[in-house]
Amino acid sequence: MSILEFVSRINPVAASGAVLVLVGVWGVLARPNLFKIAIATSVMETGVNLVILSTGYIRGRTAPILDSAVAGTATDAAGAAARMTDPVPQALVLTAIVIGLAVTALQLSYAVRLRAAGGGSSIESYGDEKW
Amino acid sequence: MMRRVLVFLAVAGLAWALLPLALGAGVPEAPGALATAYLTDAPEDFGAANVVTAIVVSYRGFDTLGEVAVLFAATAGVGALLTRKRLGLGDAEPEAKPAATEILVTATGLLTGLLVMFGVYIFLHGHLTPGGGFQGGVVIATALLLGLLARPESKLSHGILAAVESLSGAAYVGMGLLGAFLAWGFLDPRALPLGRIGSLVSAGSIPVIYSLIGLKVGAELSGILDALKGDRE
Repeated sequence: MSILEFVSRINPVAASGAVLVLVGVWGVLARPNLFKIAIATSVMETGVNLVILSTGYIRGRTAPILDSAVAGTATDAAGAAARMTDPVPQALVLTAIVIGLAVTALQLSYAVRLRAAGGGSSIESYGDEKW
Repeated sequence: MMRRVLVFLAVAGLAWALLPLALGAGVPEAPGALATAYLTDAPEDFGAANVVTAIVVSYRGFDTLGEVAVLFAATAGVGALLTRKRLGLGDAEPEAKPAATEILVTATGLLTGLLVMFGVYIFLHGHLTPGGGFQGGVVIATALLLGLLARPESKLSHGILAAVESLSGAAYVGMGLLGAFLAWGFLDPRALPLGRIGSLVSAGSIPVIYSLIGLKVGAELSGILDALKGDRE
């Protein structure tokens, strides 16, 4: 397989999502700063969302919203369904984004509390918690 | 050294696992049976033009109720963690925050009303256009964030926030129960007349539920932003 053929097979949305997931995992595993870990989790979530979204896109189809763009008249529901992408991953990602935001806010609050209690913001200062 | 090798192995393994997806392994030629059923049924059953909204609010409405509960729990957690007492500030005089620039203050006065209006527009049209309660709620929360930035000394009224949040949450469950009594099941949007597809008043209770979600999310995110300021009693 030539390099050109390999590049043409890459799904750009899923590939960039995969890169973000890897960056996030590296950040969580290798960075000691609690705030950076929280942001790395957020980056990882963005990547996962992109990968999930990419599985719902179907080439040549449009957003799953029934309007004059997909159904000449807004009554031809069966024909319109053949011109729309998969709505399920989009609905899942909508949920995931909100949960991700809640998790990030909670993580950052814990980091702020730990630092306010004098524990420092590096995960190395919590050696006692190590198993 | 050992740790670095382990981290490298974990990242490389995950990259290997993600490679087929990056090459488009998960992308189907046509939606599966479930997605096709949603695409054809949502406009017919519920009169909802936006299929994603129909899935989020009615087909998987129970998930969304749980999601709103998770967001509420996170808001309560952030609020409980970041009080002045818990942050060790105690009764110390709050330090004077630098005043906002004139540009920010003027822009806030001009933009706040527009942002709230835009947020309301987004969640009222959730069943017709891309958007909905969560997106609209976030836009409303940005209006409050601007206000907090322009007037650092100001305090949000927790009574109003709590009232908006709990009333809209209770009304959300109430709309769900209405579906159980008047239609086929909990959160069934057919409790209200479906109207003509594509018009503002259509899709049964979907726009009502999504507007309630919008108000609730807006109030919760404003609560999080206020708590993150770190001067809650």
